[in-house]
Amino acid sequence: MIAFILRRIVQSVIVMLTVAIVAFALFRFVGDPVASMVGQETTLAERAEIRQALGLNDPFPVQFFNFVTRAVQGDFGVSYRLQQPVMELILSRLPATLELALVSGVLAFFFGVGFGVYTALRRGNWLSGSIMTISLIGVSLPTFLIGVLLIWVFAVELQWLPSFGRGDTVYIGDWWRTGLLTESGRASLILPAITLGLYQMTLIMRLVRAEMLEVLRTDYIKFARARGLSNRAVNFGHALKNTLVPVITITGLQMGSIIAFSIITETVFQWPGVGALFIRSVQFVDVPVMAAYLMLIALVFVVINLIVDLLYYAVDPRLRVDRSSARG
Amino acid sequence: MNTLLTKARGGLMMGVAASALVLSGVVAHAETIRWARVGDALTLDPHSQNEGPTHTLNHHIYETLVGRDDDGELTPRLATEWGISEDDENVWVFTIREGVMFHDGSEMTVDDVVFSINRARTTPSGMAALHAAVEEVTAVDDTTVHVRMSGPAPLYVQNLTNTFIMSQAWAEENGVEVAPDFAAGEEAHSVRNTNGTGPYRLVERDPEVRTVLQVFEDHWDDAPEVTEIIYTPISEAATRVAALLSGEGDIVQDVPVQDIARLEQTEGISVVRGPENRNIFFSYDMTSESLASSDAEGNPFASPEVREAMSLAVDRNAIRQVVMRGESQPSAAPLPPFVNGWTEEMHAFDDPDLERARELMAEAGYGDGFTVQLDCPNDRSLNDESICQSLVGMMAQIGINVDLNAQTRSLHFPLIENWETDFYLLGWGVPTFDSQYVFDFLVHTREGSYGSFNGSRYSNPELDAKIEALATMTDLEERDALIAEIWDEVMEERIFLNIHNQVLAYAMRDGINLDVHPENQPHMATVTFD
Amino acid sequence: MTDFTPENRPSIFFRAWDSDVAYSFRRSPLAITAALVSLVIILAAIFAPWLAPHDPFNPASLNLMDGFTPPMEPNAFTGNVYWLGTDNQGRDVFSTILYGARISLFVGFMAVLFAMVLGITLGLIAGYRGGWLDSLLMRVADVQLTFPSILLALLIFGVARGFIPPAYREAMAIWVLIVAIGLSDWVQYARVVRGATMVEKNKEYVQAARVIGAHPTKILVRHILPNVMGPVLVIATIGLALAIIAEATLSFLGVGVPATQPSLGTLIRIGQGFLFSGEWWILLFPAVTLLALALSVNLLGDWLRDALNPRLR
Repeated sequence: MIAFILRRIVQSVIVMLTVAIVAFALFRFVGDPVASMVGQETTLAERAEIRQALGLNDPFPVQFFNFVTRAVQGDFGVSYRLQQPVMELILSRLPATLELALVSGVLAFFFGVGFGVYTALRRGNWLSGSIMTISLIGVSLPTFLIGVLLIWVFAVELQWLPSFGRGDTVYIGDWWRTGLLTESGRASLILPAITLGLYQMTLIMRLVRAEMLEVLRTDYIKFARARGLSNRAVNFGHALKNTLVPVITITGLQMGSIIAFSIITETVFQWPGVGALFIRSVQFVDVPVMAAYLMLIALVFVVINLIVDLLYYAVDPRLRVDRSSARG
Repeated sequence: MNTLLTKARGGLMMGVAASALVLSGVVAHAETIRWARVGDALTLDPHSQNEGPTHTLNHHIYETLVGRDDDGELTPRLATEWGISEDDENVWVFTIREGVMFHDGSEMTVDDVVFSINRARTTPSGMAALHAAVEEVTAVDDTTVHVRMSGPAPLYVQNLTNTFIMSQAWAEENGVEVAPDFAAGEEAHSVRNTNGTGPYRLVERDPEVRTVLQVFEDHWDDAPEVTEIIYTPISEAATRVAALLSGEGDIVQDVPVQDIARLEQTEGISVVRGPENRNIFFSYDMTSESLASSDAEGNPFASPEVREAMSLAVDRNAIRQVVMRGESQPSAAPLPPFVNGWTEEMHAFDDPDLERARELMAEAGYGDGFTVQLDCPNDRSLNDESICQSLVGMMAQIGINVDLNAQTRSLHFPLIENWETDFYLLGWGVPTFDSQYVFDFLVHTREGSYGSFNGSRYSNPELDAKIEALATMTDLEERDALIAEIWDEVMEERIFLNIHNQVLAYAMRDGINLDVHPENQPHMATVTFD
Repeated sequence: MTDFTPENRPSIFFRAWDSDVAYSFRRSPLAITAALVSLVIILAAIFAPWLAPHDPFNPASLNLMDGFTPPMEPNAFTGNVYWLGTDNQGRDVFSTILYGARISLFVGFMAVLFAMVLGITLGLIAGYRGGWLDSLLMRVADVQLTFPSILLALLIFGVARGFIPPAYREAMAIWVLIVAIGLSDWVQYARVVRGATMVEKNKEYVQAARVIGAHPTKILVRHILPNVMGPVLVIATIGLALAIIAEATLSFLGVGVPATQPSLGTLIRIGQGFLFSGEWWILLFPAVTLLALALSVNLLGDWLRDALNPRLR
């Protein structure tokens, strides 16, 4: 057990390092940070000086080594653009993204499971057909368009919900700023959460439906029916319960991509999270923020993967050899 | 107010917040303005960045010696009088206003003025280039400051409209005696904390999310009608317009041109507009032997006929009419109308004449046309990518096959800086309101501090000498004549293919009165209500 | 018993028509509609140069003054009438949609093909060889998943810009896009193929082929590949819809094909700027086309998944 955990942790560290190298190598091509840092009067010589001072002229291995040594200590430097420590910046934006991701994840999960179960049990009926088709709209239009359309309908035309931002926020503890405890905060969350969650909901719904259809055909369920259990007991007590394990796993694994996909939603709704921060940083070539963001995403994925690995191990030692294919 | 109270429990509070909260309950007829624009100030440090949105926000918190009003004229702010010394033409004399208080309650002195100008002219300050000619700043008495220049500098005062005055004691106390360094590796106190003399003081600062300012009771000038400002950057154009339409914003800057007409017709919303100090033009490499992105033999842009043909092929009125929705001032010269050196003549441009243009192309030996790449930013100026796109169509009419490479500004501007573009779009503002600024950066041969945005590689030693002479000429009439002479040459050579001067539009709720500022620096203290 | 001597063998068409899959297709009106819609759009895109009244990609043919003409109404300056109106550059919206769908579909198909070839190859190798190579490839797949696809595409685009000389950037943009989208999608194919290969390779017929000395490549292609084509086809169909949407999303983030040769996604990105200004047609028509295309392809994928699953029949 310990050997297994150690091996997985070592592998995770290697993954993190690889992401760091790849990310870091890519930044050299995103643009010149100095161009967006200085005004139009700055002379070429002064620009060159700033580049030198930032270490942008150092050889790649030196830059990378410096980055990793500081990153390990949680120091990602200072944003070129906002001149604020990157860690502090990201931590101050993280609650907004996590709340958005969590709410849309929960929405996606409940609606996804609900619709999935219904469409599996009522296969072929018109309502489940409609649900299946309409839910596909969520994956057949680009997220940014869905967001803009929602703003148009619900903020501009109907004026029911806010068009941008997080509304009022209050602090929980020292740094976690939440919008969940104020009315305007909750109202502001609705449109972005729908925009972000629609895609995941469709995914979960399809998965639940497919799993349910599989499970419903198994001998186990046939036996349950043969024993005279009610349909409700069979469908929800046995079939759904068996379906949920893979669904929860996949949903968990999807949390990372919800966070990543929030860059679009956050940009459209001016949601003050890490995704919008990242996009602005790409435009300004704010390398420290970009690097920290990618490392954060990598960390989220690695941690989720690790937890899933350990859970699988705990549940079924035989699976420890090969989980990848089970996840397919 | 509610939002302020909830924020107040947080840890991000500024030093001044607590007292501001106590005061906020007392203010009668509190008027809050919710103000949105595309981007945020990069920093609140008064001298770190020479950048429009940064200055705009800082003008509310800090003040300069001289200001610029909505007509582009200089106005007294912290200096009540200014002029060149009668004894020494190299010295500027400023009379400093008395009884000015900083937000922390201390009184502003001439020493603060001396300290601030010195801070602004010392690297890594972003303002240093504007004070390059300053040799020494001294306080002569309690109300007089002398600025000694390295030579006659008749226009130096024009460079002071964005140089803010800060408290020396506060700066020393917080370790920000010099402007923050990009490479310092830690955050300077002055990035998110302020102590100015301006009509508003900082209550809350969450960069790129929300900034809250409240009226400063002890300000020397008349109390403004707006008592609280909630400033929110909204980067997406559609969302920004939606915020105004849905009643979540009071004043919106950076309105997309296509939405202006519609907003004007919307009940409860009004739009003001005025010319901006910013020109949009194309330029090209007219010096190299050949072009990297072109199949042409030799360098077609080196040919005066080709440059003339291109100008004749451009339909500036069509760009104004369709791409800019009528919200621009087409012009032949890259100079906004209120800048010194501008004349009616320079503004005039020929109607498109495709026949003549094709003839010229043939005369130049490019009758069969050529291909070339056009580099264009897609997130810097109003509709920049669309303008480039229309140019592609117009150039195609005379056989110039243009490939459009539109990208973000951080990829675009280095191309000009490194001479890696053959043909490009550039937007240019003239913060000094004088032609010399244009010549220094765009026309003079690239050397030292000159010509850093001269992407045309144009080099004319005679013209360079004239440009350098402008800096120290004290006889303004003679100087204006020389400026006209240089412009004649620049226009004759067609170094720039100018399109238009931008027009600014601010959209706001009915009942709010705010005029357009030529440098796009609206000031909420100038807002009045019906 | 059917006689399967060569002479009596039914034609390929008939066999396909008679198969289980085709039977399920004929029974599903939704699948038929989806197939028809996809087919119409795909054909319209392929034959765009012959169908479109204008060539919106030829800048010399454009008149800026034609810009913002409403559908079916004469332009105020030029008097020209366009069926679906014109956009902000004076391009005929109908023609631009046809040409744009061509770009979107090309990017989509090529990206899927790229991901499929890469994924299948790596999946076969990993599954067949096993051992360290398998572990390595699957770990690479994990790393790949660590990078969200949209970020990966964004970064690949950035890198390519740095490598490609300026003169070729515009011409190469579409290929960069294809690689960027394709590269973020190969893992799914690899996983499915690897899983199936691991199962198949221990079956007797494969063992037998190996014993008689068949080359591993031949075994993989002849015997194992056909067994995984079902699920691969499902992934590819859904993948096509995903790739088309991904292209649109990237366009929103400012990377993608040049605005002078817009895809459906680029048209939507441009059109959403005119949502509040009253020129609804610039957004509506491209958006409806994209929705119809992606929705019908997705529906086909859905149907195919069910049809190919023997247990659901």
